[in-house]
Amino acid sequence: MRSPSGPEIAAGEVLLSVEDVSLAFGGVKAVSGISFDIRKGEIRAIIGPNGAGKTSMLNIINGFYHPQQGRITFKGETRSKMRPHDAARGGIARTFQNVALFRGMTALDNIMAGRTLKMKRNLFWQVLRVGPALAEEVENRHKVEEIIDFLKIQDIRRVPVARLPYGLQKRVELGRALAMEPELLLLDEPMAGMNLEEKEDMSRFVLDVNDHFGTTVALIEHDMGVVMDLSDRVVVLDHGIKIADGTPDEVKTNQAVIDAYLGVAH
Amino acid sequence: MASSAAARADTFPKLLVRNARLHGARPSMRHKDLGIWQTWTWSEVLEIVRAYSVGLSRLGLKRGETIAIVGANRPKLYWSVMAAQALGAIPVPVYADAVADELAYVIAHAEVRFAAVEDQEQVDKILSVAERLPKLEWLVYDETRGLRDYDHTRLKSMDEVIADGRKAIAADSKVGAWIDGEIEAGKGSDPSIILYTSGTTGTSKGVVLTGERSIAAATDTVAFDGLTETDVALAYLPIAWVGDHYLNYAQGLVAGFCTACPESADTVMTDLREIGPTFYFAPPRTLETLLTRVMIRMEDASLLKRKLFHYFIGVARRYGERILNGESVPLSGRLLYALGNVLVYGPLKNVLGFSRVRVAYTAGEAIGPDLFAFYRSIGLNLKQLYGQTEAFLYVTAQPNGAIYSDTVGPACPNVDIRIADNGEVLFRSPGMFSGYFKDAAKTAETMTADGYVMTGDAGYFDEKTGHLKIIDRAKDVGRLNDGTLFPPKYIENKLKFFPNIREAVAYGDGRDFVAVMINIDLTAVGSWAERHNVIYASYQELAGHPLVYDMIEKNVAEVNRRLAADKVTAGAQIRRFLILHKELDADDGELTRTQKVRRGFIADRYDALIKALYDGSKEADISTEVTFEDGRKGTISARVKIRDMQVEPALGQAA
Repeated sequence: MRSPSGPEIAAGEVLLSVEDVSLAFGGVKAVSGISFDIRKGEIRAIIGPNGAGKTSMLNIINGFYHPQQGRITFKGETRSKMRPHDAARGGIARTFQNVALFRGMTALDNIMAGRTLKMKRNLFWQVLRVGPALAEEVENRHKVEEIIDFLKIQDIRRVPVARLPYGLQKRVELGRALAMEPELLLLDEPMAGMNLEEKEDMSRFVLDVNDHFGTTVALIEHDMGVVMDLSDRVVVLDHGIKIADGTPDEVKTNQAVIDAYLGVAH
Repeated sequence: MASSAAARADTFPKLLVRNARLHGARPSMRHKDLGIWQTWTWSEVLEIVRAYSVGLSRLGLKRGETIAIVGANRPKLYWSVMAAQALGAIPVPVYADAVADELAYVIAHAEVRFAAVEDQEQVDKILSVAERLPKLEWLVYDETRGLRDYDHTRLKSMDEVIADGRKAIAADSKVGAWIDGEIEAGKGSDPSIILYTSGTTGTSKGVVLTGERSIAAATDTVAFDGLTETDVALAYLPIAWVGDHYLNYAQGLVAGFCTACPESADTVMTDLREIGPTFYFAPPRTLETLLTRVMIRMEDASLLKRKLFHYFIGVARRYGERILNGESVPLSGRLLYALGNVLVYGPLKNVLGFSRVRVAYTAGEAIGPDLFAFYRSIGLNLKQLYGQTEAFLYVTAQPNGAIYSDTVGPACPNVDIRIADNGEVLFRSPGMFSGYFKDAAKTAETMTADGYVMTGDAGYFDEKTGHLKIIDRAKDVGRLNDGTLFPPKYIENKLKFFPNIREAVAYGDGRDFVAVMINIDLTAVGSWAERHNVIYASYQELAGHPLVYDMIEKNVAEVNRRLAADKVTAGAQIRRFLILHKELDADDGELTRTQKVRRGFIADRYDALIKALYDGSKEADISTEVTFEDGRKGTISARVKIRDMQVEPALGQAA
């Protein structure tokens, strides 16, 4: 539990909020009328049973899906929908439930790809790789090396990611997201399919990212132990509806949450 | 005056001052950070160490006090050792992978007030046992990550300590003069370091070594191997181990050569290749892992490459060692070998990072003759040495040109060796320890009346070569009930020379026959299983597989044949064996931190299996507690099968 920072967070300013957001695919309502906010510097978890609309929610936040209704306010700017490039420029980075890396490229190149938005020189200069383009490359490479050091993946720098075990691929993906130096980091099931040791490592990294870079984190996770340990506040979705929102302790004892997870006798 | 003192530098800080004067612009330390090799010259290191020791003294560290050093091979930890010694304080390195309990024991026993540690992991570990360490006052750390929010009343980063010392020196010239005076005031007869033994035999003991003896020993071996300030070594073995302190720290300071620290423990292979050391040390286990990895990769290579590789390795086996030893070799052999060097050995050595190695040593355990011959045949000047912490490493070492796989060489320069009546090896050496820390009784037990140290190892001088041969721990050599000699380690090593067998534990002392417990090597057996469509879900399942048993049975039969070839050992053939369901692990106390088997402990832990080995049962149930890396505990239970072996007729009798 991260009690020391708790009171501070509660007073913190809101980085992103969604208000009354609804999204439907044909007749299927993925999310309906959801409102919650993410405060600067906190670790915010979105949980819920399968099909609760968690990934849809992340996709709405980073502009991949466009909600039919509702408003999204990010860094004080309100709009009816995000667009992926607005999200990326605005400082939102994410990882995916199924690893989405350039499989034939090395870990280093994958993370370098995360720096694309920070590269100012156009293709012409970058191909030539001289003068200002070279200086820019060196500067960005330095940042990437800091991330490699941070994630302790020095030994796989030159290994094509397709050859890496799943746990390490997840770490490289996190590295690519971090390379954007995001203000808000969205993690879609960062621990899925990992063993206990890998989960512990990943939890450590998420906490360190939050602590070291001051990055705000929103994550979807199924492992309740991880969620309760990591997050400052938890929002619980079920069938596209928000059923609870609060600190891990509050959520844990909430009857609606217990019913959603364990089922109720009919 | 100053020059004459420096010429006979009798402490390591004085050597540092000398090196900064003689080789000021030459590299002293390298470390790969953020993907780039950073270099510090001897004069830069001196400046840092002076500032660091002033900073430590301002925190309260005083002459004669102890400071624990915990972490991986990193420049700042080596400088912590130097800075402490500059003040006359005594560094006490502790194994970085020690669990909190072991760490607490050493820190408490050494009465440590200061600890210099690598990172958050080590800080956490020490804080978790803080209530057992009332004397501990200050923790200084290298890696700041994750430590920002910690309570800093007793915690400081090394950078801050160094910066604080630097400021003090800049502000007042007297401070600089004071620290130089402190370095001058250090006496060679003062304790220089306390190295805790790995505890092969019970709890670890603190071996106290003095500066002048350490330097005397290192000076001899630096001359023996012709090391100079142009050499380079990669420091990748535990700082707390005598080998690292001797080979890299002591020899580095005496010869003035450059010590490189790897980027992380996982990148050692790559770093080795990039640095291209000229002086290299590896325990037999590491050499074996390397060879296994090469062989597995060769199996996956194309047919042409495989043929080429095996043909030229054959050529190397025939001529390589003889060329290295300077013996006569037919011209055709030399030409073939030269071609092989271009096509196979050169590239292979390059991949392994051995291209520039002039002198390589291995020690710690017996090395398999095939393994040893392989590296020598491809042109790596690999030699064996025998030593122990109490001797400050070297007792014997093989000189260039007189190398045998089953001896450890003649006594090093200025070392006296004597074999006691019970076969135990005794020595007196320039680097020998001055005593165990706070344990005069143990010290007296280890020394003979005339000042020799008892090694506890049984051995004899080979008649043909005059080199020392070590067979086993003196107290481990036992006898079967019929009086046959039983050297357990000798048998275990013969088994371990097979790539499929990672570890073996032999029993027989006071029993009717010899029986062994075997650990399979997951890499080798796993690769074999893949090729033979053997399906398994866990180590336990693979270890219990009947086909694996068949394979190991062949290996055991081969060992029996070799044992039968010698009259002395023919009676100690293996009658029964089993394959253990879990890997022996240092975290469970089954191995020492240097990966040696603790036979007594294993005997207690697997009592049920040993009973079954001797009562004729075909299988046995066992349930053992295991410790995970994070300190939590769990249990593993299994049903282990036992196999009977045929005994070969002794050659002596058959003839």
